[in-house]
Amino acid sequence: MTDAPRKIATRAAYGKALAKLGELNPDVVVLDSDLSKSTKTDEFAKRFPERFIQMGVAEADMMGTAAGLAASGKIPFASTFAIFASGRAYDQVRQTAGYGKLNVKIGASHGGITVGEDGASHQALEDIALMRAIPGMTVIVPADAVETEQAVFAAARHEGPVYIRTGRSGVPVLFDEDYEFQIGKAATLREGNDVTIIACGVMVSISLEAADILADKGVSARVVNMGTIKPIDVDAIVKAAKETGAIVTAEEHSIIGGLGSAVCEVVGEMYPVPVERVGVRDVFGQSGPAHELMQTYGLTADSIAEAAIKAISRTGT
Amino acid sequence: MTKEEVRELQQIAQRLRLSIVKSVAAAGSGHPGGSLSIADILATLYFKEMRIDPKNPAWPDRDRFVLSKGHAAPALYAVLAEAGFIDKEELMTLRQLGSRLQGHPSMRHVPGVEISTGSLGQGLSAANGMAIAAKLDNRPTRVYAIIGDGESQEGQIWEASMTSVHYKLDNLMVFLDYNGLQIDGRVHDVKSFRDPGAKWQAFGWHVLEIDGHDIEAIYSACQEAKATKGKPTMVVAHTVKGKGVPFMENIADWHGKAPSKEQAEEAIRYLEASLV
Repeated sequence: MTDAPRKIATRAAYGKALAKLGELNPDVVVLDSDLSKSTKTDEFAKRFPERFIQMGVAEADMMGTAAGLAASGKIPFASTFAIFASGRAYDQVRQTAGYGKLNVKIGASHGGITVGEDGASHQALEDIALMRAIPGMTVIVPADAVETEQAVFAAARHEGPVYIRTGRSGVPVLFDEDYEFQIGKAATLREGNDVTIIACGVMVSISLEAADILADKGVSARVVNMGTIKPIDVDAIVKAAKETGAIVTAEEHSIIGGLGSAVCEVVGEMYPVPVERVGVRDVFGQSGPAHELMQTYGLTADSIAEAAIKAISRTGT
Repeated sequence: MTKEEVRELQQIAQRLRLSIVKSVAAAGSGHPGGSLSIADILATLYFKEMRIDPKNPAWPDRDRFVLSKGHAAPALYAVLAEAGFIDKEELMTLRQLGSRLQGHPSMRHVPGVEISTGSLGQGLSAANGMAIAAKLDNRPTRVYAIIGDGESQEGQIWEASMTSVHYKLDNLMVFLDYNGLQIDGRVHDVKSFRDPGAKWQAFGWHVLEIDGHDIEAIYSACQEAKATKGKPTMVVAHTVKGKGVPFMENIADWHGKAPSKEQAEEAIRYLEASLV
């Protein structure tokens, strides 16, 4: 057994990455709507006060302002909780950043159920579905601190709107510092032949645990980190379908419209194999400690392992 | 401003009205009422006030115009054509499949359109972003926007109004096209905002009230806005919906329907008679 891995919340990595990026690129501006201590944009605010635009509690206005800044050549990172970025300001994101193909980067923290005690009103479980449906929107869900930092830099280089979803709770650091995140490219974290677990965000480290459980049962599971939900890595999915014959998806999101749906779309059209989706099953969340909520809603290594065995059994071989 | 200049701008405004009527009639749908009401403001901005270069629409130091009430797209397209950003013939393709002239303005389709609008209440936020960017870069850019009175029922307008004041955006000037009518009737019957000037003043803006069809008043409001430091300027422009086409004036029904062929001919005859 190795030591327990270091845990860092991806939102903290987002904040640090912005501060670094601010140093390198004078066109980067950061907007926040009264959540800078939570979204971790406060570090950027301290270092570059003239490029930090406090919007107050006004997410819709923030997205529109970000659009205007982008239309004038700035690279705005509009930061708030995922539920407000994708829900409260959906039309603003769609109308200006989306339709205008503007260079607006949306830093959506506190995605998913691990928001914890704040409860269902603050737990974004449908944000990936909403953002994925906007034409031209890039959707990134980093798995750890290293990938988050890389994603922030990649988003700044990318021309067009990008949604980056980070989480509130600490997650294990999975990638080495020399990991190179590329928009639209999946990363295989563990090889396997019997089934592929495709995961994003906090579910990636949990999927690695599931692969251990499966290995104990004699099942060889591949684990793929799908850091970009859109554009999704079609090749990696088709390869997994061909080589392992069964797929499980794992996401801290509704099973409707997110990673699971995106993978099913590819598998259904390109290379049909059984797919099982692990995620929140069309219900709202509730208050509670993050790890207990993960248990309650079945976002566990055991659930993934169970789904993997079910997917394999459905292959009929 | 000389009498000759005023007369010239009045003529331009009438030509814009002609383009609006013709293009909406050709499209068979669209929003003539609230397009006609802003023709004088647009003529003054594009042909007297704003620093723009139709041959170089991406000139970084240019002034910016945001049509927050995006349904008045026919007026925006008319002035962009008059100024030379697009060809006048293209106006007749309004709302047709494959045309750049979408029902509501798209910045990715039409040179000179600074931001895509249509979903109401959003333009002022974008205008704020442009004004903040200009200040960050120390550019001389000024930002102009037109919002609607019906549109002012959207909450985002008021969120944005606080942003403009908080960031002391004195390089921003906004016209409220106060024509008093919206789709379902009189603004004050549908859902009244009472006294708009008092509201904007309470939000911290420098507020002017003018006749939105008086070229000299529009131009002098622009000069007063420029001279006002530390705060943005709101011009409550009292206008007439459908202005310039007698059978459309002050009738809410002309918010969003095209004239018939006969009606269009009548309007065109009337407007052409006003041109020298």
